[in-house]
Amino acid sequence: MTRFNALNLVKNALTGHKNWTEQWPDSQPKAEYDVIIVGAGGHGLGAAYYLAKEHGITNIAVIDKGWLGGGNTGRNTTIIRSNYLYDESARLFDHSVDLWQGLSQELNYNVMYSNRGCLMLAHTVHDVQSFKRHVHANRLNGVDNRWLSAEECKEYCPPINISKDARYPVMGGALQERAGTARHDAVAWGYARGAAERGVDIIQNCAVQAIRRGPDGAVIGVDTDKGFIKAKKIGVSASGHNSMVMATADVRLPLESMPLQALVSEPVKPIFPCVVMSNAVHAYCSQSDKGELVIGSGTDQYISYSQRGGLPLIEHTIAAISEVFPIFNRMRMLRKWAGITDNTPDRSPIIGKTPVPNLYVNCGWGTGGFKATPGSAHVFAHTIAKDEPHPINAPFSLDRFRTGRLIDEAAAAAVAH
Amino acid sequence: MSKFRLRGKGRVDASQPVVFTFDGKPYTGVKGDTVASALLSHGVHLMGRSFKYHRPRGAIAAGSEEPNALIGTRRGPGRFEPNTRATVQEIWNGLDASSQNKFPSLKFDVGAVNDAAYMLFSAGFYYKTFMWPRSFWDKVYEPFIRAAAGLGVSPTEEDPDTYASRNLHCDLLIVGAGPTGIAAAREAAGKGLSVVLVDENPEMGGTLLSEPQAHINGKAAWDWLADELAALKEAGVKLMTRTTAIGYYHQNLIGMVEKLTDHLAELPADTPRERMWRVRAKQVLLAQGALEKPLVFHGNDRPGVMLAGSAQTYLNRYGVKVGDSPMVITSHDSAWYAAFDLHDAGARVQAIVDTRASVRENLQAEARNRGIPVKLNHTVTATGGRLRVNNVRINPMDGSRVGHGQWIKCDCLLMSGGWTPSLHLFSHTKGKLTWDDDMTTFLPDQTPEDCVIAGASRGLWGLEAALEDGSAKAREVLAALGTEAEISEYTVANDRPGTGVTMRELPTDRSAGKAKAFVDYQNDVTAKDLRLAVREGMRSIEHVKRYTTNGMATDQGKMSNINGLNIAADALGKRQPEVGLTTFRPPYTPTTFGAFAGYHRGDHFEVTRKTQIDSWAEARGAVFEPVGQWRRARYFPQAGEDMDAAVTRECAATRKSVGIFDASTLGKIEVVGPDAAEFVNRMYTNPFLKLAPGKCRYGLLLGDDGFIRDDGVIARVGEDRFHVTTTTGGAARVLTMMEDYLQTEWPDLNVWLTSTTEQYSTIALNGPNAAKLLQPFVKDFALTEENFPHMSCVDVEVAGYPARLWRVSFTGEIGFEINVAAPHGRDLWEKLWEAGQPYDITPYGTETMHVLRAEKGYIIVGQDTDGTVTPHDAGMSWAVGKKKADFVGMRGLARPDLTDPNRKQLVGLISEDKSKLEEGAQIVFDPKQPIPMTMRGHVTSSYDQGTTGQPIALALVEGGHAKMGETVYIPMEDRTIAAKITGTVFLDPENTRLKI
Amino acid sequence: MLLIHCPYCDETLPELEFTYAGEAHIDRPENPSEQSDAEWESFLFLRENVKGPHFERWRHFHGCGRYFNAVRNTITDKFYITYKAGEARPDLSALLEDEK
Repeated sequence: MTRFNALNLVKNALTGHKNWTEQWPDSQPKAEYDVIIVGAGGHGLGAAYYLAKEHGITNIAVIDKGWLGGGNTGRNTTIIRSNYLYDESARLFDHSVDLWQGLSQELNYNVMYSNRGCLMLAHTVHDVQSFKRHVHANRLNGVDNRWLSAEECKEYCPPINISKDARYPVMGGALQERAGTARHDAVAWGYARGAAERGVDIIQNCAVQAIRRGPDGAVIGVDTDKGFIKAKKIGVSASGHNSMVMATADVRLPLESMPLQALVSEPVKPIFPCVVMSNAVHAYCSQSDKGELVIGSGTDQYISYSQRGGLPLIEHTIAAISEVFPIFNRMRMLRKWAGITDNTPDRSPIIGKTPVPNLYVNCGWGTGGFKATPGSAHVFAHTIAKDEPHPINAPFSLDRFRTGRLIDEAAAAAVAH
Repeated sequence: MSKFRLRGKGRVDASQPVVFTFDGKPYTGVKGDTVASALLSHGVHLMGRSFKYHRPRGAIAAGSEEPNALIGTRRGPGRFEPNTRATVQEIWNGLDASSQNKFPSLKFDVGAVNDAAYMLFSAGFYYKTFMWPRSFWDKVYEPFIRAAAGLGVSPTEEDPDTYASRNLHCDLLIVGAGPTGIAAAREAAGKGLSVVLVDENPEMGGTLLSEPQAHINGKAAWDWLADELAALKEAGVKLMTRTTAIGYYHQNLIGMVEKLTDHLAELPADTPRERMWRVRAKQVLLAQGALEKPLVFHGNDRPGVMLAGSAQTYLNRYGVKVGDSPMVITSHDSAWYAAFDLHDAGARVQAIVDTRASVRENLQAEARNRGIPVKLNHTVTATGGRLRVNNVRINPMDGSRVGHGQWIKCDCLLMSGGWTPSLHLFSHTKGKLTWDDDMTTFLPDQTPEDCVIAGASRGLWGLEAALEDGSAKAREVLAALGTEAEISEYTVANDRPGTGVTMRELPTDRSAGKAKAFVDYQNDVTAKDLRLAVREGMRSIEHVKRYTTNGMATDQGKMSNINGLNIAADALGKRQPEVGLTTFRPPYTPTTFGAFAGYHRGDHFEVTRKTQIDSWAEARGAVFEPVGQWRRARYFPQAGEDMDAAVTRECAATRKSVGIFDASTLGKIEVVGPDAAEFVNRMYTNPFLKLAPGKCRYGLLLGDDGFIRDDGVIARVGEDRFHVTTTTGGAARVLTMMEDYLQTEWPDLNVWLTSTTEQYSTIALNGPNAAKLLQPFVKDFALTEENFPHMSCVDVEVAGYPARLWRVSFTGEIGFEINVAAPHGRDLWEKLWEAGQPYDITPYGTETMHVLRAEKGYIIVGQDTDGTVTPHDAGMSWAVGKKKADFVGMRGLARPDLTDPNRKQLVGLISEDKSKLEEGAQIVFDPKQPIPMTMRGHVTSSYDQGTTGQPIALALVEGGHAKMGETVYIPMEDRTIAAKITGTVFLDPENTRLKI
Repeated sequence: MLLIHCPYCDETLPELEFTYAGEAHIDRPENPSEQSDAEWESFLFLRENVKGPHFERWRHFHGCGRYFNAVRNTITDKFYITYKAGEARPDLSALLEDEK
């Protein structure tokens, strides 16, 4: 594979770019692999990459029913942050942010990690209490996050309306400067290229129909469109489709898959310098390198795999954007789309072993999986390689729903009084 | 008359001049012009700069699919919007239009340096570079890339316009008022059905507007059109122009946006700028027509290069000749007619160049008759000219070989690569598409919606075919609606149905690496970029699109998707459907945010719920806070007071004499029925079966996971009747949860639940003088300790109003809550206020309420709990009925982690240096440890304006209940505070103050 | 926005009047205290999350307030049937046959 560097770029430019080679081959399945990863999103490709790079396991296939990076990896609002409340979450997401910082160099692929900062606006007394709790917890966890007054918020991000007359006036905000955004597709492509370079087979357009188990209960392989493929270990990170895949191995998951919509505006010159999230008003906004305002919406209320999404939710989302950033009212929506998110009851992911020997799962990311891609892939690889969780993902076990040891970021953030 | 305007041509009104400015220079157009047609009438083709290379660009289309001619439009302060399509924006006197993405001027743009470095900026270029040194990305590269990207500039002022929305239900919605849509409407009209015909243009007619030569059933096309529209109107069909169907949602819900004022010089009063229509149609007929494809060749983006069909539109609809000496390059018959029309309007057509070796003889004959040179089996390999095309290089083809080129002078180049059915809305339905190899296009197949698609949007060309199909498909729809229709016959004279072939890049003698043959104009994606993407391993159209940004411009791929697919498929050596079609996503055209937000702006963003007493508080200068949808008085500052001072005063006054508090926002649920007690007993942790009528009890509500969800006082107001209170924010949630259990788990219980939150005004009186103040208002009932002890309730008359009077306290003082019918709240409040003057009665807000309750260790759900707290954690094991067989949450509480003795538990905290702790501050046992520290809990509530003489705090601390008297540490940014763990009751632990 | 038929009101109305209430036919056990931790986990959290016909609950929140059940295809979002709470699970194969 051609290494990307300045010299190669110029050389190729001068030869009309005819000599660039494939970034990853389109592999056909072999009969047997040491590890099969189901789902070629950022999490799955990343896990394969780290298995090959850090654990010396290279006989790996990453199998996807569609094109790599065609699921939520390429359908999200690309927000990256780690200012989570609970220690467990903060460690997981901060591990990710650490990896994000050097990911372009690590992969020799510019994932355009844009260190723009993420500002979470507080609109109620309860928000203020909650966000300050985050700020203090983050500080003691070594995660940067600081409190800004309403005026400081405005200074940091001028389009914010801090009028006292607003329906939900801004009372301040929590700023994580290390947070930001990245180019989502590049993450999938970069990991794919890095994994393929190390011998990983990436098998696209090959649906996994079932996980097959041997007489001892352990996995022996997967049935696919392209026949049975043997595997010693299987890691599943199939996003919205995890429930179906895992059900074939008789593992039930505490998941519900909901449509999540997002949208972009027409591109404009730089106007919006950071990521802003307003949970109370339900407005999430940043500006892409291309100049589009990237806006996150909510999940529709019902389980769905239709990827359609309803109009009322978009109306509400745009109303929220206009409420917090009134200058954007005459901007235009360019396109909206929907992804399928798998949500756990405590809105924290599940990364770890399952009751089935040699079957591992990485799921339940809800609306926040993109930001965790490198960190989650890294610890998932560790879990698969060692057959035991990395200390960072140990708390994110499947059995917490039995014991009650939930990591309830949602409850911690959003109980009104 | 401007130079390129033709007298007597077009549908514009040449007698009405309209003056507007473009980049500060005034231009005169006529009524009916768009910015593009008006500029073209002055020979101005250069209207914009492209996204990446800043190449000079002119309009290539005449409608909403335009990728190049994007302008800023302004109408005074606050009314500016970027990226408006000049081909759609109608001119009005005073319109201020400006070009974009250029510096310092449209004609000389330094950003065009990117164009010179074209070799470097290939597809995927960004992914391969800007990585060294690492720190440069944030500081140097990214700001540079961002500044160069973007198109227009964002608005910077608040939008003074208003937007509306409306629902519409109809039997049949027809999208697109071209020949197909009109023929369909005609079938459906007058049959007692509600029919809506909608079109994005200011005028209905679609293609007919550009084809005046045709005769339909013996009538000239435009006469036929006028008659038909009049007849439709007469028949009650709702005709909507300037209205774009933007999205097709579930079960035939179509979002449509109507533009009401953007074309007007004077803004009418009280008219919204745009209106969102949510149309629920029983049946939908899509007749969106087809879009012309550009051809892909080196220099196909030079201003003056334009779609042939659009040139025909400018000529026939706007009366504008796009040039004096046009050239045509085509692979489809339709462009020949554009050449003929232009010739007939006085232009000297330099040549018709067709890539096909053979073309219908009658077309060739018509060209010959007009003296237009024809070059069959030729290709275009280059265009010349700086800001406007001035010559074109054409070469003969011989099989795969391209012969010597010759330059031919011209002032515009009209191209046609054939037509693509418009399948956008169809695709929103998740409708399936099939690939047609002969037509090299996708055609509509099945859709899950009640929807049919007709005319050119399913690949039928020519007016007659369109009219007949509109009629036929309408009959299908009418049958579904239970109505029959006659068969309408159409005969069209001078019809122009055509055929053609699909080209990828035009063959060239130029080395592939040096061709700038654009596929996505706006995003500057060339054929070479697409092939490079494939070479680099991008095998699906989704990958190619994302890697090159082809199809991601503001035309949403209308101009580029199909050309991109053909080229990518060729590079991959696959059939197009194996490479895939990228999804069309709503909206059909970019849509103003304001139209989505509609009425939900400012005060109307979300409803503000106010109590009956709110206006009194407002008049008293209260500071409010939002709690859920309610606004509540937070404190009542007197002159010069800040919040702390006001709260200190309110707290002291309440403890000293009497305070008055508006508790109306607390949720209230009436639980009634023979099984009411059983129901409440099952829902809440506390035992309720034996609670006597006339008594109140605190209730704690859990989820079945065992965690605290809500709390409140519950009064048994009768044998079969409970008055349940909830937290302000929890009211709806609690009722929903109760209904869920009642209806689906315990349908055998005979109980009714009713929300009564807004039926009562609730006034709380607290303080040593509360009983004294209240007694005179209470009819025939003694407020004595014996007659009305703490946690009692009674129905009495208070100040002449029937009231539910409770003896409860959330402050630790003698307390009453008076519930009267909501409308009497304000009057009762004022009477109490009046009578309270001798007692120095003090109104207090939520902040004082919080302080007073914290001093007594009463929790606030959502502040001292966070959804992971059990009753035991909160020190409220006393509230959990020990002998109950079951209640919601009982089994959850028994889960292993919830019985762990080392859970975080609610305790009191007193800081050693008597400073106020910060709410949310984290607690550690070992302050000397390095970061990351092991955190053991956090401060949930903290106050220093209270009445205990010291700052107090509540906190959740690991194993806290067993750590009384121990010291913990709170590391702040600047120092570490030591604090002692105490009980949660800081005042009057014996509750002596509760006694009258 | 879906259109939903409320089996109590016997009217088909826009989704905005309704709230989704999760998978249907998950009964709260008669004697929760006798449940194992795993059984309680299953009751609280484990869901089929099917791709295809899904038994689910809705509430006519801004109408009659009643909870009812529905079978809806989660791939197309199309409702096959709605029925009153407490009624038996409809025969899925019959519903699918009807659709054809």
